[in-house]
Amino acid sequence: LGHGSGGQLSAELLREVILPAFGPADAVPEDAALLAVDGAHLAVSTDAFVVNPLFFPGGDIGALAVHGTANDLAMMGAAPVALALAFVIEEGFPVADLQRICTSAAAAAAAAGTRIVTGDTKVVGRGAADGLFVTTTGVGRMLPGAAVSAAAARPGDVVLLSGPIAAHGTAIIGAREALGFESAIVSDTRALHRLVAAMLAAAGPALHTMRDPTRGGVASALNEIAVAARVGIEVDEATLPVPAAVAAACDLLGLDPLHVASEGCLAAIVAADQADELLATMRSTAEGQDAVAVGRVVAEHPGRVLLRTVVGGRRIVDLLVGEQLPRIC
Amino acid sequence: MRATAATPRRVVRRIEVCGTVQGVGYRPFVYRLGRELGLDGWVRNDGGLVVVEAAGPADAMRRLSARLHTDAPPQARVDQVRIGVPAGDSPAPGSGFHVARSAEPPRRSARDRPGLVPPDLATCDACLAELFDPHDRRHRYPFVNCTDCGPRATIVDGLPYDRARTTMRRFAMCRACAAEYGTPTDRRFHAEPIACPACGPTLTWQPSGGQDGHDAGKHREEALRAAVALVRDGGIVAVKGIGGYQLVCDATDEAAVARLRARKHRPAKPFAVMVADLAAAARLAPVAPAEAALLASVPRPVVLLTAHPDHPLAAAVAPGTDLLGLFLPAAPLHHLLLHDLARPLVVTSGNIADEPIAIDDADAADRLAGVADGFLSHDREIRVRYDDSVARVVAGRPSVLRRARGYAPDPLDLPVAATEPLLAVGAQLKHTFTLARGAVAIVGPHTGDLQQQDTMTSFTEHLAHLSRITGIEPAVVVHDLHPGYLSTQYATTIPAPRRIGVQHHHAHVASCAAEHGITGRYLGVAYDGLGLGDDGTLWGGEVLLADLRSYRRLARFGRAPLPGGAAAVRRPARMALGYLFGGEPFDETSLARAELLAAPLLRRLPPSEVATVRRMVAAGVNCPTASSAGRLFDAVAALLGVRDDAGYEGEAAVALEACAAGHAGAAPLPWRLATRDDLVVYDPAPTLLTLLEALHDGTGAGLLAAAFHATIAAMTVAVCSDAAAEHGTSTVCLSGGVMQNRLLVEALVAGLSAAGLTALVNERVPANDGGISYGQAAVAAAQLRGG
Ligand SMILES: [Fe+3]
Ligand SMILES: [Mg+2]
Ligand SMILES: [Zn+2]
Ligand SMILES: [Zn+2]
Repeated sequence: LGHGSGGQLSAELLREVILPAFGPADAVPEDAALLAVDGAHLAVSTDAFVVNPLFFPGGDIGALAVHGTANDLAMMGAAPVALALAFVIEEGFPVADLQRICTSAAAAAAAAGTRIVTGDTKVVGRGAADGLFVTTTGVGRMLPGAAVSAAAARPGDVVLLSGPIAAHGTAIIGAREALGFESAIVSDTRALHRLVAAMLAAAGPALHTMRDPTRGGVASALNEIAVAARVGIEVDEATLPVPAAVAAACDLLGLDPLHVASEGCLAAIVAADQADELLATMRSTAEGQDAVAVGRVVAEHPGRVLLRTVVGGRRIVDLLVGEQLPRIC
Repeated sequence: MRATAATPRRVVRRIEVCGTVQGVGYRPFVYRLGRELGLDGWVRNDGGLVVVEAAGPADAMRRLSARLHTDAPPQARVDQVRIGVPAGDSPAPGSGFHVARSAEPPRRSARDRPGLVPPDLATCDACLAELFDPHDRRHRYPFVNCTDCGPRATIVDGLPYDRARTTMRRFAMCRACAAEYGTPTDRRFHAEPIACPACGPTLTWQPSGGQDGHDAGKHREEALRAAVALVRDGGIVAVKGIGGYQLVCDATDEAAVARLRARKHRPAKPFAVMVADLAAAARLAPVAPAEAALLASVPRPVVLLTAHPDHPLAAAVAPGTDLLGLFLPAAPLHHLLLHDLARPLVVTSGNIADEPIAIDDADAADRLAGVADGFLSHDREIRVRYDDSVARVVAGRPSVLRRARGYAPDPLDLPVAATEPLLAVGAQLKHTFTLARGAVAIVGPHTGDLQQQDTMTSFTEHLAHLSRITGIEPAVVVHDLHPGYLSTQYATTIPAPRRIGVQHHHAHVASCAAEHGITGRYLGVAYDGLGLGDDGTLWGGEVLLADLRSYRRLARFGRAPLPGGAAAVRRPARMALGYLFGGEPFDETSLARAELLAAPLLRRLPPSEVATVRRMVAAGVNCPTASSAGRLFDAVAALLGVRDDAGYEGEAAVALEACAAGHAGAAPLPWRLATRDDLVVYDPAPTLLTLLEALHDGTGAGLLAAAFHATIAAMTVAVCSDAAAEHGTSTVCLSGGVMQNRLLVEALVAGLSAAGLTALVNERVPANDGGISYGQAAVAAAQLRGG
């Protein structure tokens, strides 16, 4: 398997091996599943976290696991009710580090207004795991007015980003390899469901889609939407919110910020007539104060995301095949 | 001699001629032939074929079928002449010979009447004489043409080739033109795009900034005068050319050229310059006879020439290189502009940065509004986009570098015929595709970088257009092994019973072998930027033992990391750091000391970049490794202080080649071959060390650049000589993007010949990735035949 970078290969694995085993063939891939249990509308999501290093500027794997799952629920319009958390720990892992991670996860859950209610711990032999893996499962309650889906994007809609992108992935690489810029960049990991609640209250059914651009970055998130909704998406390069330090680091590393993960930002697709109001609402929240409109949904080139470059060209934004394969001859 | 009957036997035949037989004066030719031989019957376009039904004495009929091959007009390509018996009535004796109405192809499919469209043809001498003859009715008429010249591929909608299926359909012929069109002895007998000032397309002039200017809406001579005046005053004019809009300005006006660069967002890549004639070309650059022939050839490509050191052109035309791309007018409008302005003109594609050239009037007005000061346009629609072609003379032979207007879609041969119709989708940059049926390969025109959405669209439109005209419905789709190429991804989306992946460098060398009709084993030297190998790593400095079907890797360049992947391609200085910090080691004397010697480079670069790249290489962060020749040329360009950045693809290598000029006969630097995993490996460490030492000791960069070229040539000749002896083959096919380097190729050709080997280079398709689709088609066809 060479499917680790959240790009084309993992999309392929999902499409060809995993989804066929579980789902209806035409299922839209979403961040969380919606369930109706005795009249209660719930969302369920699960996520496995493998991050190296476990501690990084702005957070650690414990907080990241809580935020990631809370955000997957939030992207379907749900607020977390309870979380379950399972560790797979390599023999010899420092107990003090485990303690830090648990404390951080508990604090993150409390800050997000939820709790970790159950869990599991397995210790495996040396070499069978790389330090520590975390799997979190979250149950959420649907927020009023939520009817979002990746398939709901419509031509004419506006694409919003709740804040700067690519900080998390850059911070992780910097922290892992001590590349020299790490002090300047901090992961943006945080929970987004309060922002989402405010957005739903403001826009209601006009809010068509939300996605958090985690692995594979904004490029993956928007491509998933374009494919699921059979629409085209066009993004203006000049409007992309990339902090200067992040942009400089990406430049040094040869990374496209569109492909780098964020953990505290969301992309939203909203009906055009509600876009300005929604943007204002987002900017009135702590998590969305730097929200911007970055593009629009179009009927042309369905399934494809384009970047309108600063010189006026339209470049195809596709999924990474893996970091290892430049396409230039 | 055979006895002749008293009354010659009357023979009736139906003859179908396949190939490029429409739009090349073939029907008029057959008509004259039929008349000359005293036959009864007719000739017509039928689908994509020319069909003849004729009756006459056996001897005359024999001569007819022979001369359909041997006497065909120069632009025709006769692939096959099928002779049979007519199904219907035979022509009545004494009824004479005439041109019959064209027959439509069978409904919905052109499969049974496959045709080919000729490329656009440069203005012929007869039309040129009329253009400048004050007494001719087409004096200064920018759309003069005849059966020997004029637009073809760019105006054709479909076959049979009749005016009704070209963008000339909206212009009704005047009586004078109709008379010429209908007169068998006239040069314009059945010239479908025939036109004159009374009935044909009209020039228009529109200054930028809308209709407000008092010059707005000028026509004909006035329009031309306005454009000429604007260029004379240092302005930039968008001219609607043959295959798309072009941007034109005075090539001797530094400010105008600089303005064009800024507005087009094209900081450094050289501009092509159009000159009136060969004499004007010779004032800018020495023109060898082979180069003169190439300049004046019917495709009228941009020809790369080594400039006179004191040429009068603006420095901004071709910064950082001694190469000039010159070309001669291919259309009457350009002849008029050159004549009236009497100076060299920058004539470059009408686009911004890397977009495809604009062809639609409204689109051009929109996209070029901020670039051009005025638009010299006309009302003949461009149906299909064709950029200008680029070629040069290498080792005495013409060699095309960008195959578009004038060349495409002229078919090429496949040495092994395809058993099923196929589509080869090419690579990613300098993109072309190839459609093939049997032994005929139709390589579509250069479109550019598929990452640009408009280029991708242009590719699929060209494909649909050529597929419809040729009737080729691919049963096999051929693609590169690189899963990230948008061409590869496209290949997976089209329904086809069979897909074949062809390794990038096998396709490169096969493109060369196939052009030269090589069907046996050969050595393939693929020196390239990057392509995906069959082992999942990046290749680009490879010697293969190959035939059309398969290959075995024999030798490669030593590997180096690309710090930042594509970022290292755009910045040769990073590539130099890649070799310094992480070049594949072969022994202790490797590159540790080189870092000290490379102090000037390390001092020149931002310290944070050097530190980060060092860590990236050590930790393997976004540092794919490649065995690439092109990247080594980049690194050497940076180490010698020639180029740290590449604003356009290959800029550093072009600059390195230019830097080596004037040092012919430079001795090679040391080089070493190692063996690793059964492969011969060129270890560049001794070469780089010696180069850095000599630079440190004060040797000039020019001499060292020349010595580096000589080193790669000498090393390659040695590798090939050994391999040739071991494997019993003496043919060496040279291909890949690095083989655009004339200095290297000429050294290789000379060295290989001296070693008793036959060196072949690409001539009709580019050695760069523009030739990949043709190579893919040749390989796939051979594999299909092999079962
Ligand atoms: Fe290549
Ligand atoms: Mg997730
Ligand atoms: Zn002519
Ligand atoms: Zn006329």
